[in-house]
Amino acid sequence: MSAELFVTQSQVTPILVQNLTRRFGAFTAVDDVSFSVQAGEVFGWLGPNGAGKTTTIRMLLGLIKPSSGSAFVSGFNSATQTKLVHAHVGYMSQQFTLYNDLTAMQNIRFYGGVHGLSSDELRQRISEIIQMAGLVGRENTLTGSLSGGWKQRLALGCAIVHHPKVVFLDEPTAGVDPISRRQFWELIYQMAKDGVTVLVTTHYMDEAELCQRVGFISAGRLVALDSVSQLKLTQMRGQVLEINVSDPEKAVRILKAAQQSHQVPLDEVALYGAQIHAVVPDAQEYNDAIQRLLTQDNIRVNSIEWIAPTLEDVFISSVKARVDAN
Amino acid sequence: MNQFAISATNLVKEFKANKHVVTAINGLSLQVAPGETYGLIGPDGAGKTTTTRVILGLLSRTSGESSVLGFDSMNDMYEIRKRVGYIAQQFSLPPTLTVMENMLFFAGIHSVSSEQQKKRIPELLAFAGLSEFMNRLAGKLSGGMKKKLALACSLIHEPQVVMLDEPTLGVDPVSRREFWNLLGNLRAERGLTIFVCTPYMDEAERCTRVGLMYEGKLIVDDSPANIKRIIPGHVLEFMPSDFAAARKLCNEMDGVLEVQTYGDKLHVFVGDVAKRKPQIEAALASQGITHDNLREIEVRMEEAFISLIRRQKESVEQDGMLTQKSEMSGEI
Repeated sequence: MSAELFVTQSQVTPILVQNLTRRFGAFTAVDDVSFSVQAGEVFGWLGPNGAGKTTTIRMLLGLIKPSSGSAFVSGFNSATQTKLVHAHVGYMSQQFTLYNDLTAMQNIRFYGGVHGLSSDELRQRISEIIQMAGLVGRENTLTGSLSGGWKQRLALGCAIVHHPKVVFLDEPTAGVDPISRRQFWELIYQMAKDGVTVLVTTHYMDEAELCQRVGFISAGRLVALDSVSQLKLTQMRGQVLEINVSDPEKAVRILKAAQQSHQVPLDEVALYGAQIHAVVPDAQEYNDAIQRLLTQDNIRVNSIEWIAPTLEDVFISSVKARVDAN
Repeated sequence: MNQFAISATNLVKEFKANKHVVTAINGLSLQVAPGETYGLIGPDGAGKTTTTRVILGLLSRTSGESSVLGFDSMNDMYEIRKRVGYIAQQFSLPPTLTVMENMLFFAGIHSVSSEQQKKRIPELLAFAGLSEFMNRLAGKLSGGMKKKLALACSLIHEPQVVMLDEPTLGVDPVSRREFWNLLGNLRAERGLTIFVCTPYMDEAERCTRVGLMYEGKLIVDDSPANIKRIIPGHVLEFMPSDFAAARKLCNEMDGVLEVQTYGDKLHVFVGDVAKRKPQIEAALASQGITHDNLREIEVRMEEAFISLIRRQKESVEQDGMLTQKSEMSGEI
């Protein structure tokens, strides 16, 4: 890419990461990662602990410098224009960083003050955020006595008090129940519709399914980057079988023994409630083999069905592929 | 004596706070058979942790009955402790002890003989995949390894029942699956009874039976497959160009049982797909709302959970007993 084109692109792309690398001594935490996120996009940044997820976000926020490569947010170079980056981004972490002994409204006012909002702007933003977070009637409640869902929405409100065009959400829903999580995702998409770009990390793959596009990072390398539906088609090694039998506990012992003796090439086999899930290279080819194996041990096989992989299946498969490649 | 591993009958727990009485458990009954993997799920503040602690005898109950393996929670709590492993919510292991020292520490607490320790500790470390990390400080372990160590420690006295309170909070997907695979092995190989509290619906799917708790009561108690069948109708999913307008439109349409939001998509519950799908498509078109392909999707535990909680809340409101606990008051 020519230098000129690169500059133009960085100015219009809300998040642009180019060959980003960060080494700590001999350890490479982020290894030649490139991706970009478009305006109004909800992008999931996923990976196991220690894969380089947070290090990437820290470089985007200018909190640590890259060893090589570059990161741009709203057209500003994160390493050299850190203050400008901070003025244009919102950041919310898992810990929420709210003051528990301030009321909901005082928290918003505090964060508005930090970002230098005028008193007129602040008045308007307080009422907008109270509305958005569903905190009407609870403006003067101490933050410490709000439940998880309320706190989470208030924390988001405080993170976007200065109308940032790019928002980073680092595991924003850890420990929050499904109903509050749905409400929170509704807020995310309201922001996206107003043109805000959202990068979100989560350990919950059912939630990652809500992102328009996701990137998987594993051992510092970007291993997959696509929409959820495409990833399910391209990144899953093997196919998932759901096995319904009379005695699942016994059946899983038999299948594990077959896995260990390489009698059937099972990538994974585990109890899944009353069923068993197994990953095989080819669903049709190994269906009969599994059926025979179980039947000869007097297990009644009610059904073996080839099911679509979940994003979690795909994620684990991608991470394993990366580990095997090393 | 009963044949249940865990049993509660009309269990009530009240807390007194500033002259108010808060009812955390409000007449809960449940039975868990030996070898079951039972998931207690529910929104924040439903009473899951309190229930676990009362059953274990760590909190006294106000009324009702509860027992583990036939031992009464309040009268025989030491007998329960000998036979039950427990991981508390947001537990912490001594961080300045190594993996091995943690195992020895828990073995000591449970008075496991040194002969038994020599046999069981290596077995448990191998089971948890921690044999190579025996001499690492617990504080230096990754999040997933800490959880696995906690599980290994809770099994040191060979319990027949384990009670786990949100054991995978904050753990990445790979470690979470490893943890659940360990639980599956315990069920398959030792017939262990597992009782687990979780706010995560994909974990609920891995249980043999699930209890849904809401405001101190169990409102559903069944297998994941049956719970999904309780939900009336079929679910249609689509992404509209105008989200708010499409939601309002669907909410007001005849034959629509329920509307849930799913990120930038809508989930519309209808009784008759063949009849309602073209009606919804026509209504959207008449308002100039475009959308992607309107498709039927499978109901997961998450859709079922939200639907059940919402209906429970509505029936409570209709009874004129509107509570202050209105976390769920927003449109879902």
